Parts: sequence; structure tokens; C-alpha cells
Amino acid sequence: MSQLSIEKLSKRFGASVAVDELDLAVREGELVALLGPSGCGKTTTLRMVAGFLPPSSGRVLFDAEDVTRLPAYKRATGMVFQSYALFPHMSAADNVGFGLEMRGLNATERRKRVEDALRLVRLSHLAERLPRQLSGGQQQRVALARALVINPRIFLLDEPLSNLDAKLRAEVRLEIRSLQQRLGLTTLMVTHDREEALTMADRLVVMESGRVRQIGTPRELYDAPADAFVADFVGRCNILAGRRASETQFRTDSGLVLPVDTVANECKDASAFALRPERITLRAGGADGIEGRLRAVTYMGAQTEYVVALGAESVVVVQPTPGAGEPLAALKPDDIVSLHWDRKAPRLVPQVSP
Amino acid sequence: MFLRLTGQPSLGRVLVRTMIAVAYLIIFAPVVMIVVTSFFAQEIISFPPPALSLRWYANAWDKPEFLRGLVTSLEVALLTAAIGVPIGTAAALAIVRGEFPGRGVLSSFLLAPLAVPGVVAGSGLYMFYVMAEDVFDRDIKATTEGLVAAHTLLAIPWTVRLVVASLQGLDRRAEEAAANLGANPFTVFRRITLPMMRPGIVAAAMFSFIQSFENLDLSILLVGPGRITLPVAMLNYLEFRIDPTLAAVATVQIILVGLLMVVTDRFVKLSRVV
Repeated sequence: MSQLSIEKLSKRFGASVAVDELDLAVREGELVALLGPSGCGKTTTLRMVAGFLPPSSGRVLFDAEDVTRLPAYKRATGMVFQSYALFPHMSAADNVGFGLEMRGLNATERRKRVEDALRLVRLSHLAERLPRQLSGGQQQRVALARALVINPRIFLLDEPLSNLDAKLRAEVRLEIRSLQQRLGLTTLMVTHDREEALTMADRLVVMESGRVRQIGTPRELYDAPADAFVADFVGRCNILAGRRASETQFRTDSGLVLPVDTVANECKDASAFALRPERITLRAGGADGIEGRLRAVTYMGAQTEYVVALGAESVVVVQPTPGAGEPLAALKPDDIVSLHWDRKAPRLVPQVSP
Repeated sequence: MFLRLTGQPSLGRVLVRTMIAVAYLIIFAPVVMIVVTSFFAQEIISFPPPALSLRWYANAWDKPEFLRGLVTSLEVALLTAAIGVPIGTAAALAIVRGEFPGRGVLSSFLLAPLAVPGVVAGSGLYMFYVMAEDVFDRDIKATTEGLVAAHTLLAIPWTVRLVVASLQGLDRRAEEAAANLGANPFTVFRRITLPMMRPGIVAAAMFSFIQSFENLDLSILLVGPGRITLPVAMLNYLEFRIDPTLAAVATVQIILVGLLMVVTDRFVKLSRVV
């Protein structure tokens, strides 16, 4: 396994800039996820690392070796494609063996390694099947085995779970993550699914318009987003525009005054108040706290979501679903409620990063 | 769907079924008629036949022009497919994969032979061959080479159409995956692209063969003594006689083409390609 370094990497298509001076280092054995909306440049970045796209400027290094000008077939990366991209005319075993064949291994050695790889993804019994005779989840595992069997220097995942149904997705997510950790694979993954990114990655890179918004561990990004875009992209978030009124207060544009510990928020040009829905506590009745009027209650099983009107603003609160008989269980739209939160919970962030 | 083909019989359902049946009848009636009349014993076709016989098959066998025509047609059709398909495939690759100006124009240009009536194209080729014979000082019209060259003009557009379609439906990620696994561009083409194009190429070969084997209008001016294709031999026979001999020959022709399609379909599901 190698370490991956990306230095001032840019890609321009005509006048439009897909990736703008991206800097990133993925340590040996680390899984880094590029997260962002479609068109943010994350897939373009991955394709430049794989060697499918020549960068306009900048460098890609595997350890100390500059691979920027190396064609894809000499880079020894192992990529799992979104569509799996299995060879339709070859059996699962031949798909997995292809990379070994390209490396000049003899048939005996190849068969042994293919068997090992298929056992790793628990598909030994389906080795002779053609891709179209396999389910989506099985095709996905063949694609994984095919990328891993060559002992790649860098492991690349392009939206690996997006073609699986929700239940399978959670399963494969764990499977990929445990393989990655067990084999110590240096991995760059692309996804637009924040849950996927938060649960799988050691570190996240949030991208937007070809630029990095923030790099950090899932927890850092979730709890301390650098700006309103990141706050909103890595999870649901109440974002209220306004400015700091004092050491302990934030005044929204609509005139609400909200409690916050500004010492914990060192951002100077804060223009938004960001607070996660689950960090708010809801109480029935307008006792102390911020008083509001309940607009909607949505039951979601383990959790219940409340939309609360605070003057002109609207705030989403998520609470564990109350048991029957608890005060919250009786709440209905138009009831008066009060909101409470720890002063350290909200983040004051710029609306857009400079 | 506004018309359901399952469930309770309804007026719509009956109507659709009737239309399908009529369509099949229109398509297959002439074929069935030819096969049936080839077994009629009498010379003038009338219903009901007084007796059935194989005499017209025997008659066709006795006429050397039909057997020679069949051999010539098979030879020309095989050569046409063997030459037209590689050229058409290369053109299709250039059209879909190439990055050069005028790809659209090239594409329309290559399909153009299909738009020209065969007799017109045949006359044009005849005149062209006459001029070319002067320049090269050798026979071109009434030779196998001349016929193959003419039929290849039709094989190319067929191939371009079918192979372009199969290339456009091809998942390019599979090629990238192969490169990712260490295959150089040539190996990617040989091991991944070409096998994935195979259904289109096989179908193109079959259609090129059939259109050449059955071609009459383009060939009629280009054949010569000893180089007469089966359809032209049939037309020549028709000039002097009308009897079920032609139906017998046509039946053999239908069986040959049918067999070819059945065999091809075993390798490539034609319904998926065309």
C-alpha cells in the first residue's frame, strides 16, 4: 500500500473549472471520502487519480513517485466502479483473474489467487457464473474481488453502494469497511451520500464547485462545520441568518435573539447560526426557553420530527419518539412549545466560505 | 399502457390480437404460397391442385444455371460479408470513438447507398466499371470482383448501422476497468471491446450475407456469362417460362436464409441486436 498525495490538482473543461487546485493527502491505510453534490468535481478528481483523465495542472503522487503522466494501465490502482463495469463475456473467476493475467501470472498461480479473492468476498460457489447471472450485490462483490486481487497501491471506490437497495447497502458498507481496515488499504472514495461518508470514512473532504470546503473526521465536520454549506451537507441542520449580538447571544435577521456561547465559536465573520435538529430539546407549553408554535409533527418510528415556528423563522427539531402518556406524545399542530439547547451546541459559521 | 394484453377479454384486446394476426398473415402469406405452389403438379397454377409432386425440384436441379447461380451467389455473398464487415466495423469505430470534424457527415455518407434505388446505383456502377476497365485495361463488370465490390457498398451501411448501435450501447467503464487492471489500449480492444461488439458484428455479417445473396436490382447489370447470381438466373428463367420451378428454387433460397438466421440466433440473440 502506498500513500496518496494530490498537489494543486486542477481540471478545466474549456472555460469551466471542474477541479480547482485541490490539495489532499491520504495516509497509508486510511479511507478518505470525497463528499459533495453532483458536479462538485469529486468524480473528476477520482478519475484523475486513476489516470482516466489528464489533469490540467498539478500533480498526483503515490508515495514519492509522480504518476501524473503515467497511463491508467501502469498505475496499479484498484477501482470499484459505480456500475461495477464487470466484463459481461467473462465468468466471475475470469473477471477477477484478468488483472493477474495482465501481470503475467501463470494459470496455476492465478487460479489460487482468484480462489482466495472470491473466498474473501464469499462468492467461491459462483465462480463460473457470468455477470448477468449474478444479483447486484454479488456483482458488486466480484468487482471488489477484482480490484483487490491485484494488491493495488491505491484502492478507489466510485459511489460503490449507489446501485444497491437500502438493506444491502448497510451490509456491504460494513463489509467494505472491514475489508479495507483488515487489509490496510489506502482508499479514496467518492460519494454523494452523507450517511455512507460519515459511517465509512476516516476523514471526509467536502467539496463544492471544484474546491475543498473542509477536510476532517466525520465528527469534526458534523460537530464543527466550517461554514453553512458543510453544516447542511453533512447532516440536517437548522441554519438561521443573522449576526452575533453579544458574548452570549445571536440575533437573526428576523429579530429573534438566540442563546449561544460565542466563546466556543471562534469564527469572526459569523453570519449564520447552525444547530442540529437532535441537539434541541422540546417541551410542551411555553415555560422558559424559546417559545414557539408547533407547525407539524412527523412520526418516523424511532424518532419524531417537529417543525416549530419561531416568529418568521422555522426550526426542525428531532426527538426520540415519546412513549404513550408522555407530555410530548399529546402534542399537535398549533400547540405552544418551548425549545432548549446547550449554549455550546450551536455553531456560528459564515454563510458561504470566503 | 392503454391497451392491456392480459386479464379479461375486452374489445381492445380482441382488436389488438386481430391486428397482430393480420400483420403476420400479410408477412407470411407470400412465403407460404411460394412453398406450397412449389409442390403443385400442374404447370399453370390453380386451386385446388390436381396432384402434388416434386417434379419442379427435379426440373430446377436439371437446369445448370440455377446450381451455378447458387454457387456464384454463395461465393459473392461470403466475400461481400468478409470484406464489407471489417470495413464497416472500422468506420463505425471511427464514427463513435473518433474525435475529428465531419464525423456526422461521414456517418450520413456511409449510409447513403441505402437511400439510392438499386437499379440507379447499378446503372451508375455499370458506367463506372466501363470507364474503370479502360483505365485499368482489365475486366471489371461481369466478374466476381465487380459483383463483390458492388454488394460491399450495401454491406458497409448495414454494418455501420448495426455496429454503431452496439458500440453506443457498450459500457465504456468496462474498458476503463480493464485499463485499471493493467491492460494496455491494444489489449483492452482485443479482450474487452471486440468481444462486447460481437453481437453487432455477427448480426452485420449475417445481414450483409443475406442482402448480397438476395440482391437483384444492383446485380442485374453487373453479371455476365458464367457469373450469374441466383436471383438474376431466376429472372432470366422468368423471361421465357412461368411455372413452379421458380417457386422450387425460391423455397430452397428461403430455407438457406432461414437456416442461416437460426444458426446465427444460436450465437447471438438477433432480437436483442436488431
